[in-house]
Amino acid sequence: MKRIPTSFLLNSLMVMLFLYLPVVILIGMSFNASTMGIAWKGFTVQWYQKLVMDPSILDATLNSVFIACVSTGLALILGVGTAIGLEKSQGMQMPLVNMVMVLPLVIPEILLGVALLMVFVLCRIPLGFGTIIIGHMVFNLPLTVVIVRARLRKLDPAWEDAARDLGATPWNVLTRITLPMLRPAIWGAALLGFTVSLDDFVVTFFVAGPGSTTLPLKVFSMIKTGITPEINALSAVMVVVSMICVGLSWLFQQRSTVGSSESTLS
Amino acid sequence: MNESVVLDGVVKTHGPIVAVDHVSLSIQSGEFFSILGPSGSGKTTVLRLIAGLDRPDQGEIVIQQRIVTSDSPHERPVNMVFQHYALFPHMSVFDNVAFGLKMRGERPSNIQKAVGHMLALVRLQGKEKRLPGQLSGGEQQRVALARALVNRPVVLLLDEPLAALDQQLRQEMQGELKRLQREVKATFICVTHQQDEALMLSDRVAVMHGGKLLQVGTPQEIYEQPVSSTVARFIGLSNLLSGTITRFEDGLCWVEHEGLSPVVVKCPPQGPSQGAVTVMIRPERLHVSAEVSVNGYDNTLPAVVNQCVFNGNEVLYHVRLRNEAIWMARVPITEAQGCPLTVGQPVFLQWSAHEGLALPTHPAPL
Repeated sequence: MKRIPTSFLLNSLMVMLFLYLPVVILIGMSFNASTMGIAWKGFTVQWYQKLVMDPSILDATLNSVFIACVSTGLALILGVGTAIGLEKSQGMQMPLVNMVMVLPLVIPEILLGVALLMVFVLCRIPLGFGTIIIGHMVFNLPLTVVIVRARLRKLDPAWEDAARDLGATPWNVLTRITLPMLRPAIWGAALLGFTVSLDDFVVTFFVAGPGSTTLPLKVFSMIKTGITPEINALSAVMVVVSMICVGLSWLFQQRSTVGSSESTLS
Repeated sequence: MNESVVLDGVVKTHGPIVAVDHVSLSIQSGEFFSILGPSGSGKTTVLRLIAGLDRPDQGEIVIQQRIVTSDSPHERPVNMVFQHYALFPHMSVFDNVAFGLKMRGERPSNIQKAVGHMLALVRLQGKEKRLPGQLSGGEQQRVALARALVNRPVVLLLDEPLAALDQQLRQEMQGELKRLQREVKATFICVTHQQDEALMLSDRVAVMHGGKLLQVGTPQEIYEQPVSSTVARFIGLSNLLSGTITRFEDGLCWVEHEGLSPVVVKCPPQGPSQGAVTVMIRPERLHVSAEVSVNGYDNTLPAVVNQCVFNGNEVLYHVRLRNEAIWMARVPITEAQGCPLTVGQPVFLQWSAHEGLALPTHPAPL
């Protein structure tokens, strides 16, 4: 193995520490028996038990999961269709279309939140689950389109020609060839979208209504009265769930690139 | 013999590019027909038009006495083997081969039988459950053939079928293709840019260039009597010399060149004319020697040996003519002698009038 200069190694280690120390401390503190402060008073899982018993946290969790599932699901249905449509039409290959498509991902979220709120108020749409789902789709949709399109680009058009030559109707080509080959990208987009939706605070904060409190909103309301060990426990759970989702998403997309490189080799 | 595929004045444009320019062809049933041309000559587009993957802008396509010009791919009794096989990577070998039958709604028991039979024919028994990515190049090629042939097409289209294989495998598959054709008794239309492949495999060859059909004929006709210098250049090695006809008599033409003595060769197949022509002589028809032979050759051109390439069973001389043109002469080796003529040595190139051919420089389109 090649020797890495120590200074670079040190640099990398510091960056890792900088990135993950807060998270590690947070998870560690969630097992601390002390009710106040950061002094270690022994190991406990009581905060997790309290968490599970708290009906308002349970409610917020269910709300969050429900919103994430619906917004991701809708974004997938619309996004996969959009990606295929954009890829198939000649006029939609312009860089401008791509830029407009990903714009919601780079616009400051607070702007999106304010803008969405204005639209909802203007159109007299009552704030609640519906508005949060719409709000989350604003970033979930471009995410899906970008990931699925990247995969579509790598698909050999000869596959579809071959299927047509063997007697497949356009519907058969879509369901038996195109969608199965997009499956890894679709799973990747779904998990990433689910995570982003689950963790979103800013947009949700603007467009949420009474009775539609999500987990991030709940955490925010809880810290108004000071940081409690319960919040540490709740945050630790969210961090771990998010990491698992993002990891799985990465794995799926990794598999999709491996798959396509194999086929180009052949 | 009846016609299997007929193209009549077919035109296909891709934007401003005319990919196929008024091509008319008639392919007999049971024929092994090759379309030969450099990349971008429109040969693959012809195949896609026959398959129905593209629609012609003009002209008609007839398969088995039925006009299919506006039919979808699945309505035509035709299947295609794609250049890089285009096997479905997420399906097993069995599912790949069964795909066409499933799309036709065949009964599962029939599918099982037909796929098994076809995999036996291409010698792939026992690999049914493999994914395409787990097969070698040659095996993938066989799966692609089986996937097309299992549908019992009247015409099988092959797009550069051997291009992705290495030299040894390619020779093996050439024999395999001929064998398969005999067994399934279908018309094979093969697109290739490899002239040796086309000459070896085909009953007839069509040469395409720039979207136009230049010549159709048996491999021997194309090699011996190319209609133009473009065809001659594309098939085998040829020595070319442009000049003008000054006299013709009994099918022989006297051609004059800048800086060289006039030569006498066979007249163009379309008959002699007083125009610009290109003289073609194949390297194996030239006699090279250090002294002028008195064996009654009609033509003698002085030259200088530029290079001698030893090929094992023959020697290929590169010689320089007086007008700086480089010609090639092929001399079989009869005794262990290597290159008897040394580089820089003045030599004489000689040939009889009927060994050379004058070709129209601007041929009339087919």
